[in-house]
Amino acid sequence: MKADRIFLQVLRIAAGLSLVLLAAFFIQMFWASLPALRASGLKFFSGTDWDPNQEVFGAGAFIYGTIVSSVLALLIAVPISVATALCLTEVFPARVAGVISFLVEMLAAIPSVVFGLWGVFVLSPLLRSTVQPFLAEKFSWIPLFSGPPLGIGMMSAGVILAIMITPTLTALAREVFLSIPTLQREAALALGATRWETIWIAVVQNAKSGLWGAIILGWGRALGETMAVTMVIGNRPQISASLFAPAQTLSAVLANEYAEATSDLHISALAALGFTLLLVSTVIHLGAKFWIRRGREA
Amino acid sequence: MKRFSLLVVPFLLLLSVLASESSHAALQLQGAGATFPYPLYSKWFSEFQKKGGVEVNYQSIGSGGGINQLLKGTVDFGASDAPMTDQELAKSATPIVHVPTVLGAVVLAYHLPELKTALKLSPEVLSDLFMGKIQKWNDPKIATLNPGAALPATAVLPVYRADGSGTTAIFTDYLAKVSPEFKTAVGAGKSVKWPAGLGGKGNEGVTGVIKQTPGAIGYVELVYAESNKMPVAQIKNAAGQFVSPSIESVTAAAQGALKSIPSDYRVSITNADGKKSYPISGFTYLLVLKSGKAPKQQAIKDLLKWALGDGQKMAPALSYAPLPKELVTKVQATVQELQVE
Repeated sequence: MKADRIFLQVLRIAAGLSLVLLAAFFIQMFWASLPALRASGLKFFSGTDWDPNQEVFGAGAFIYGTIVSSVLALLIAVPISVATALCLTEVFPARVAGVISFLVEMLAAIPSVVFGLWGVFVLSPLLRSTVQPFLAEKFSWIPLFSGPPLGIGMMSAGVILAIMITPTLTALAREVFLSIPTLQREAALALGATRWETIWIAVVQNAKSGLWGAIILGWGRALGETMAVTMVIGNRPQISASLFAPAQTLSAVLANEYAEATSDLHISALAALGFTLLLVSTVIHLGAKFWIRRGREA
Repeated sequence: MKRFSLLVVPFLLLLSVLASESSHAALQLQGAGATFPYPLYSKWFSEFQKKGGVEVNYQSIGSGGGINQLLKGTVDFGASDAPMTDQELAKSATPIVHVPTVLGAVVLAYHLPELKTALKLSPEVLSDLFMGKIQKWNDPKIATLNPGAALPATAVLPVYRADGSGTTAIFTDYLAKVSPEFKTAVGAGKSVKWPAGLGGKGNEGVTGVIKQTPGAIGYVELVYAESNKMPVAQIKNAAGQFVSPSIESVTAAAQGALKSIPSDYRVSITNADGKKSYPISGFTYLLVLKSGKAPKQQAIKDLLKWALGDGQKMAPALSYAPLPKELVTKVQATVQELQVE
């Protein structure tokens, strides 16, 4: 059949296109970063000094800030999202669940800059005046909660990111739970499982690999989020154990400095930041996939 | 078939409208660059068109972007808050002319509710604050400048612009001029490595942090502080006077610096002479090519002439400081010298 063959070709091209696009991204970014990478060598990744004025470029603090802020976001968002998704699919009556999931999805429609402004004017002052003094008082022996509570900083960024990825995670987790056959639940109930046991054994256990996939997608979103993060993170290239301290992420520097960068080396260093972000996300993605597959086989 | 035509007819109509639009299209100027003067420029360009001038399409993509696009020839003029460097100028085949349009000022906004009068700061103290060397607001160095003021023991939190900006360029240029220590440790530029404090994104980010954090002090554009009604510091100028930032004191600074302004206008006027001069201010420029083809080059000339004439009168209403009169005369002569081929 001729139509079949054409259809097959169209599909192949469509699938190939995203591959070509990714490769093109890698090559282009690498090409643009070469001057900066040549000038700084491996120090570009390990150094923490970023001074465009002296043309010293080290992205270490940005890599740290990107990973820590996104992991913090996952630590907050994953339990909330999974619990919400379970409520929506297993606990609430359909009508209530519909309203709630609509509201959660509305969160995803809020522009990033609005989250950022809300972070500056509402969230960080709240953290500074309530949450952080409490943590500083009770847990100051943990380095995570040391130093002066500024509000603006790593903790604000983590919380903002958590709110921003919650809709994605919740929607994905809900789809995963919905895909589990009702038969599984009925089987668990028939064996005399309580409601909690049913949810845990029949739903969550079966949904594990799907949930990991959802988490990786959410993580990817958190890694690249720029606008809201740069407004609340304090934009300071430093590595500090304290969550109260200001920090900086790869994408935030890129967005902040690109428009006004004129020196060739500076522009190249910013391209190298983009390349680094691409590398970090790829490594995390592949690493997580590998880990999940190993978990499934074991 | 019917449904098909239902879809297609409006589409064709739209196309024909667009086509007729472009066939009638008059001359249009493309510009790109600085975000700081954008509110004024967009007002200017719309008024200019109303007065029978050409249509100007300006994209506020940032000074760096404006310079790059002008060098690549994708726009007819650029705009920048900081003058181009010799290195950048050398990249252009046709010489580039700087045309100062208005002045911008950088003001120090702070959050000290205890303080009832305007905070007074000297250049040395300002530099110490942003280098993290003065840690408390009741430091003797600040107290001697503000006798009788109720200075609290709050910790100082310097707030800087995290995004590259002309505002940072003017402020660091000033600090580097008045403090040798700042010059060696930090230096002047659009993005620098600040030794202390935290960074906000854009004027609104910096303002947000200042408003929410007691003890914070940060720098923002005059326009922005005025519209937000924030308390701003008086700065000790070169003549030893404490001056509040205002449209008059900024124009006065350009007046005070007049002697030292070279023929290409590429100069910093921070720490300018004159009793009434506010010391942290600078020009914003339109960047045009020395020679170009008619009718575009002629349109650019007309636009610049208008901006230096009627345009200047519109500036104060939008909180931009107009150029001093003597300078306007000089710049008009420069514009007159632009060559139309």
